[in-house]
Amino acid sequence: MIVTPEATSRTIGRQHFKREVCVTVAVWSAAVSVIGILIWILVDIAVRGLAEINLKFLTEDVQNAGREGGIGPIILSTGLILLVCLVVSIPLSVGTAIALTERVGQDTWFARNVRRSLDVLAGVPSIVFGLFGNAFFAIGLGLGYSILSGGLTLACMVLPILIRTSEHAIRAVPAEYGYAATALGMKRTAILFHVVLPVAMPAIMVGVVLSIGRALAETAALIFTSGYVARTPESLLDSGRSLSVHIYDLAMNVPGGGSRAYATACVLVAILVLINAATALLLRLAGWQNRNISGGSL
Amino acid sequence: MAKSKYLGRFALITTENLSVSYNGNVVLRDVTIAAKPGSILGLVGPSGCGKSSFLASLNRLTEIIPGASVAGRIQFDGQDLETAFPSSVELRRHIGMIFQKPNPFAMSIRRNLELPLCEHGIRDRQQLQQICESVLRDVGLWDEVSTRLDQSALELSGGQQQRLCIARAIALKPQVLLMDEPCSSLDPLSAERVEQLIESMRGQYTILIVTHNLAQARRLSDQVAVFWTQDGVGHIVEQGETDAIFSHSTNPIVASYLSGRSG
Repeated sequence: MIVTPEATSRTIGRQHFKREVCVTVAVWSAAVSVIGILIWILVDIAVRGLAEINLKFLTEDVQNAGREGGIGPIILSTGLILLVCLVVSIPLSVGTAIALTERVGQDTWFARNVRRSLDVLAGVPSIVFGLFGNAFFAIGLGLGYSILSGGLTLACMVLPILIRTSEHAIRAVPAEYGYAATALGMKRTAILFHVVLPVAMPAIMVGVVLSIGRALAETAALIFTSGYVARTPESLLDSGRSLSVHIYDLAMNVPGGGSRAYATACVLVAILVLINAATALLLRLAGWQNRNISGGSL
Repeated sequence: MAKSKYLGRFALITTENLSVSYNGNVVLRDVTIAAKPGSILGLVGPSGCGKSSFLASLNRLTEIIPGASVAGRIQFDGQDLETAFPSSVELRRHIGMIFQKPNPFAMSIRRNLELPLCEHGIRDRQQLQQICESVLRDVGLWDEVSTRLDQSALELSGGQQQRLCIARAIALKPQVLLMDEPCSSLDPLSAERVEQLIESMRGQYTILIVTHNLAQARRLSDQVAVFWTQDGVGHIVEQGETDAIFSHSTNPIVASYLSGRSG
């Protein structure tokens, strides 16, 4: 058969078209299935759990191993654990990030090793953090099974993620701000606190929200450290059960606790969504969004 | 003794055999130049011949550029720069700088002006307010922004941002202003406005301006220095009164560059 140039180009055109269609379908179905899985999980949790949720459920004490009563003390414990975690991890992380970006050269022995340690730390399974927390905070420092032990363990766990996001946030601030401030005779600390950190703040907050998500989701590390006493904690040295531990307990150890586990999961997801939305709103109110940060040369 | 006929005691800022290198690679060699008080000194030449590095060495901005080192002598008002201003903070108060891209901080217009002043110890509210107004008037921005001083400086147009940056620099009452292509990232109308502003500052400040716009250099500068690169190292090929250099330069490189035939 003689192939004319027109026929060849038409065949190639058809092949290109087919490939375009295949790629388009593949990309879209991937995206749709991701959204689908998320919606499926959320709907599943909502359908099974929403019916149980009311004001009494949110405020009352845990009764009959969670089959009755509410999750009031659990929410309180979760909040306290999270608070301890953030109060410790945010200053440590932002401090380290500043050290890595401002004070230490990019490629010194020290900076390289700090980064390597963070990568290793980020890959450590949470149960190992739990064991460490148990050995170091609970037993070694004598804090026992307590909210303090749990919060400190979580702080160690979120450090890598928080330091990395803060470091990137600070690095993303255009060098021009630094040059401008230096040329105006401002000192390094003033430049850092008045010029660089305010610009980096939205991205640092994103890291904080990610860390909150990781901390709220944590079960394994907390079983060994903050324990699973479901009473209202009286101090940070009391044991307290977090929402995720409560869900685990209801689902695995309490026959008939299934619907309560789903209801608790609903509350957990709602808290996460609320924290996300509140952060976005706060950033917008503070005028920290949609800043057109632009680069350039000296 | 003097290497240049402009190196004299009437100069406010002079350099002698100034060289700048990055990580051991020399990018600028043996720059000997003098800027007379109140005059505008234009620095022209093709990209990458070290003009910006030269400016950065004058206010020690090279300190924050990793690997940069400066050799040679810089004098300010007859004194060595190190003797005149041992502290870089103090030095930068006397030698201000304007960059190619307007770089107001991501904060309000008022705060942009007040922050550097506060850093230099001016904290009296009334005084701050009065300085803000006077410098904004100086750069012709007062009428445009007086009603929205508390809005973000990033909402201003490029030309307004650049004038704000000039206002921010002159609020510290410097004697010298280093300008690194202050008009080149602006649209023609804004650029003209900024150029008029620079023109109006003649006599008040000693201005060293880098520009790629030869017509602008000719309009603005009293003296001009032509930089050129040879084997990757920048140096000055000719300097002198602007009119003389532009109309009858004897140097073939300069003559062809200034007439637009090369560079």
